[in-house]
Amino acid sequence: MPASTATRINDFAIKIATVNGTGSASANSLLMKSIFRSGIPVMGKNYFPSNIQGLPTWYEIRVTRDGYVARSGRVEIMVAMNAETYARDVKEVTAGGYLIYDSTWPRPALLKREDITVLGVPLARLCNENFNGVRTRILMKNICYAGVLAALLDLDLERIRELLAETYAKKPQLVDSNMKAIQLGYDYARQNFACPLPLHVEKLDQTAGHIMIDGNTAAALGCVFAGATVAAWYPITPSTSLMDAYKAFCDRMRIDPATGRKNFAFIQAEDELAAIGMVIGAMWNGARAFTATSGPGISLMNEFLGLAYYSEVPAVIFDIQRVGPSTGMPTRTQQCDIMECAYASHGDTRHVCLYPANPEECFYMALQAFDLAERLQTPVLVLSDLDIGMNDWMCRDLQWDDGYRPDRGKMLRQEQVEKLEKFYRYIDKDGDGIGYRTLPGMHPKAAYFTRGSGHTQYGTYTEDSTEYQIVLDRLLKKWDTAKKLVPRAVIDATAASAIGIVSLGSCDGAIHEALDVLQTHGVGVDYMRVRSFPFTEDVERFLAAHQLLFVVEQNRDAQFRALLTLETAVDKAKLRSLLHYNGLPISSAFIVEGVLAEIRPRLRAQPQDAAHG
Amino acid sequence: MTFIAKPKVTHPSLPKNALGLTRRDYEGALSTLCAGCGHDSITAAIVEASWELSLEPQNVVKLSGIGCSSKTTAYFVSGGHGFNSVHGRMPSIAMGANAANRDLHYIGVSGDGDTLSIGLGQFCHAIRRNVNMLYIIENNGVYGLTKGQFSASADIGTRAKKGETNFQPPIDPVLLAITLGATFAARSFSGDKQQLVPLIQAGMKHKGFALIDVLSPCVTFNDHEGSTKSYAYTREHYEPAVHADFVPLEREITADYAEGEALPVVMHDGSRIVLRKLDAAYDPTNRITAWAQIQERMKAGEYLTGLLYVESSQSEFHDINGTPDAPLNSLAYEALSPGAKGLEKVLARYR
Repeated sequence: MPASTATRINDFAIKIATVNGTGSASANSLLMKSIFRSGIPVMGKNYFPSNIQGLPTWYEIRVTRDGYVARSGRVEIMVAMNAETYARDVKEVTAGGYLIYDSTWPRPALLKREDITVLGVPLARLCNENFNGVRTRILMKNICYAGVLAALLDLDLERIRELLAETYAKKPQLVDSNMKAIQLGYDYARQNFACPLPLHVEKLDQTAGHIMIDGNTAAALGCVFAGATVAAWYPITPSTSLMDAYKAFCDRMRIDPATGRKNFAFIQAEDELAAIGMVIGAMWNGARAFTATSGPGISLMNEFLGLAYYSEVPAVIFDIQRVGPSTGMPTRTQQCDIMECAYASHGDTRHVCLYPANPEECFYMALQAFDLAERLQTPVLVLSDLDIGMNDWMCRDLQWDDGYRPDRGKMLRQEQVEKLEKFYRYIDKDGDGIGYRTLPGMHPKAAYFTRGSGHTQYGTYTEDSTEYQIVLDRLLKKWDTAKKLVPRAVIDATAASAIGIVSLGSCDGAIHEALDVLQTHGVGVDYMRVRSFPFTEDVERFLAAHQLLFVVEQNRDAQFRALLTLETAVDKAKLRSLLHYNGLPISSAFIVEGVLAEIRPRLRAQPQDAAHG
Repeated sequence: MTFIAKPKVTHPSLPKNALGLTRRDYEGALSTLCAGCGHDSITAAIVEASWELSLEPQNVVKLSGIGCSSKTTAYFVSGGHGFNSVHGRMPSIAMGANAANRDLHYIGVSGDGDTLSIGLGQFCHAIRRNVNMLYIIENNGVYGLTKGQFSASADIGTRAKKGETNFQPPIDPVLLAITLGATFAARSFSGDKQQLVPLIQAGMKHKGFALIDVLSPCVTFNDHEGSTKSYAYTREHYEPAVHADFVPLEREITADYAEGEALPVVMHDGSRIVLRKLDAAYDPTNRITAWAQIQERMKAGEYLTGLLYVESSQSEFHDINGTPDAPLNSLAYEALSPGAKGLEKVLARYR
């Protein structure tokens, strides 16, 4: 056996390779949550197939005392449970790391690497001897490896029992059988290996005031708190869990206690076209409504998005981005709808987009999306992605101010309408490009005609060039108003460097870690995370103030960089793209390497510039 | 189109409905359709039906897609909001609007292109959901705005104005609706106001999705010899099977109909449709035989008309969804937000 890695407490990554549909998800979340409950920051990423049962799936758990939320790019411990992927799984272990495998059958190929420690545990044999039934044995084999890891990493068995008791509150017999499997693995490891490993966990107190939640759940919760009552959707990975979560929250918290009626409408549409149509119809009629989809759904919604833009109907759309083009890889992550969402639909259209970076922001941005959509009377797209949406992230506790009231924007009340001489929907009375709206059922005077065809500022049909242009130009004025209302960028200029990183969304975690690592290389870099489109004023300033800008994003075609060059005055020559688009979440190592590769030659050529770092 | 605008002043002798409104109060903008267009007669029938029902104009919501038919929502009840959406997608707008406020009267006006081609999917699913709305198809067998292409309702053998013959079988909206489980399916003719007005009233009062397919000849592109959707052809091959009279709640059923001949169908608000069978063998409450008879007569080249199928026992969207009686858009924010205490409970599950 090779010498193992030096002692590393609370700072390593475990990757578990299994077959989907075998219950490994429960084992993995059990492991992750027991670490989280021991006060140690932890990250979990699920790499799963677009399949129900039988294909390879991986789960990565990163124990990170520094609280990083991205992949490190290393794998210190590999649990190889899937014979089909042994070869690549063995290869992926970082030198000095560990490989755990099911030694019920000999696997000489696994022992070929001499720079890692291979630990064989006869998981199948242990479970076959102790459990009955094929399905149970398969499920328990996966729980059993959690027991092995518990011994190797020094996890608290009581924590594990407590978690099982919560999970199976309604089926207590499962707590005992699962605990039995845990104990089998735990005891085997204690008897056969030196436990714990030099890599292990030690209790900390860094997770108080935090939760582990995925972005889709957090966004759904935001919709509940925003007062959304109509949810229309068509099932599509990876957005479906947002709708499932909304319904589950509503089934618990939106049932009228007196009548048992549902204070929400949940409509599974026939396709994404109908889903967005329903959202537009509902918001036009005064309810807060939303849909969740992914890239292919946005493609289908394009026509309706143009209608909502031009006829000025609010709508809220969550785009949980996945790998494209076309069907792409539905269970892998990318930020590949940036361009599509910004300019969705034919004709001159531009849409307000929000770019949350983590589940916490999904919650707050869901609320903001509704307020902005109604204030600006236009669709607002929230661009999350599979990494944020479907993985559990450690986040600060969500906060709520009971003083919050929805901003319904310029919506006239009945008594205001009654006092009007005449009502015109598209007149810019306040000079901010936003007209007043009314709701059906208010008053005959409030009535107006909504249309996607050419219309005048009075709401009537037109084919007159001047009348048409008055409305189209006002929409531009409204776009300028939007710039003042959308969330500003988050800027970290503490390095006071001439070099900056510009990014958005889920790249944030990896960038924060990369900035720390770069600092250890003597390279200080500023960082701006853009949170919305249209770009706010501070975006322009940051771009102007830096001489070299790394634009970090997760797509092939540098869509965010393209949008920056189209919509700001930035000099293209200053921009360097760091593009990560293989479908896995971006790692900090990728960014560090990308930045250093560009900067090192410069530093050598102009040593005086090092002062900037 | 006509360029003569009627004066807005109404003569005091004009008859008034229960709300004190005249028919003029249910009119809309001037029609821009061709003179003699069947659609304008349907618009007039909607005005008449709305006036007779004493609908509050602001409670009428008019929805449409794209096409000649879809323009007509601007031509009636100007006191109600209108939404001229995108081609074939009106049903989804109607569904969303209805989900937000179940208290209003939703009238969708569509055409055969809008419903049976580009919008066929949404049409079918609106029926499946039993959205509480009146859905009128102004069916003329051609695309008018793009100058006379066949639509999906064109009959086999019908000839276009430019001479070509259609060989593809038509999609019949009434048969389709009955197959899909529609609870109200009617057919009428734009030239038969007597039949159409009570049908529109019954459709508005029906709780659920009410379809009226109205044969509405296109005077410009489909009113020639050889067309099966011309005025002349329609009058000749038009066969009323069931006459429907709408009886408002406040009016007693009078002895207009002989015993056994009249079949009253009670609507959810207590008002009634009285069906009079003109064809003794036709049963508008039997989905299977109704379908078969419409189909058989169609093969013989005849359109059965009237309220061809009705069923008042079905639940509409909101009954199935379990939404409250008060419209969702009227619920106070306090009833919708779980508040800080609710959030704390939720977060406990993620620790």
